[in-house]
Amino acid sequence: MENLVSIFINSVFVGNILLAYFLGMCSFLAISSNMEPAVGLGFAVTFVLSITAPANWLVYHYLLAPGALAWAGLPLVDLSFLKFIIFIAVIAAIVQALEMIIDRYSPPLYMALGVFLPLIAVNCAILGASLFMVERDYNFVESVVFGASSGIGWMLAIVTMAGIRQKLRYADVPGGLEGFGISMIIAGLMAMAFMLFSGITL
Amino acid sequence: MKITRTKAFKVFFTPIWESNPVSGQILGICSALAVTVQLKTAIVMSLALTFVLAFSNFSISLMRNLIPRNIRIIVELTVIATLVIFADQVLKAFLYDISKQLSIFVGLIITNCIIMGRAETYALGNPPFLSLLDGIGNGLGYSQILITVAIMRELLGAGKLFGFQVIPDALYAAGYKNMGFMVLAPGAFIAIGLIVWLQKTVSKE
Repeated sequence: MENLVSIFINSVFVGNILLAYFLGMCSFLAISSNMEPAVGLGFAVTFVLSITAPANWLVYHYLLAPGALAWAGLPLVDLSFLKFIIFIAVIAAIVQALEMIIDRYSPPLYMALGVFLPLIAVNCAILGASLFMVERDYNFVESVVFGASSGIGWMLAIVTMAGIRQKLRYADVPGGLEGFGISMIIAGLMAMAFMLFSGITL
Repeated sequence: MKITRTKAFKVFFTPIWESNPVSGQILGICSALAVTVQLKTAIVMSLALTFVLAFSNFSISLMRNLIPRNIRIIVELTVIATLVIFADQVLKAFLYDISKQLSIFVGLIITNCIIMGRAETYALGNPPFLSLLDGIGNGLGYSQILITVAIMRELLGAGKLFGFQVIPDALYAAGYKNMGFMVLAPGAFIAIGLIVWLQKTVSKE
């Protein structure tokens, strides 16, 4: 249990998937100029991450890892080199399926998340979380917590950024620095703030 | 016709400076930030990305009349993922240490928006040779930013380049200190911000 709490704190704050590992920057910069879509995208990412991380855990540990095919009578097969292509296929399939399910059963949610779902399939935060999960050797429960809390961390970062950028409209930014340049510097300052959480251990 | 006027020349050189994929089109920033703590990893990453980008553009352009429109994304992803697996295996075989340091970021070339972006906007509508040039040009544009950021971060953050110390000991003795900030994540964001500022100011004039 303690372990899970520590994974949670770590992936929301200290090892924030966006501000410490730079994953999902493209949509972070593109969508963060307004509050509403930022919140929507944040929820969508959290949602998709909490499903794809465990799903990819199952795929990896029952199909791809060295010796994982022992249940099929092939203990010597090591398919781990296929993980990139399989993970991205799993993610794309899950995103597509989710889009259809949400559309069918919850039109309001679809209205809120629908436009972002296709974008998410190619968001590097999603694939990155699955790859980190393999690299850090999480077990199934840990990967569920890791997926969800990475999503929450990502959402926290994009919502904060959207808040700051809304205020920034009234600021006088030096020429040439407007837009992309100043966003990067703000992200840098935010990353610094998030680093202050490091050293917290539970 | 002068060589600087040919279409191929333009396709190749505009992405290197004018519409640089990272600073101009704001694509593929994730990896540009993550692998730039050291110059060595940045160069290997640039090579890997340029390779994948050039060949994905080339092969998608070859198939552009065969790919049905509504499944094009999955076809593109398959082509890209295959090339990335290839690059990853080569790195693991020949540059094992660096591939360990790059950790998941080689895999993340798959979701690097530059590659999807160029495939969608360029390779799907242009012949193979020009697409190949566009791929290499964009790859070099990306590499240029990556290497500049890496030089800034490694030089200021650790006083080294390629792992060799370049700042003389005398300077340290005189009280010079490495800027530890540059090695950490926030340093990367700020370095890119400053480079973009410089580039925009220069190209405006």
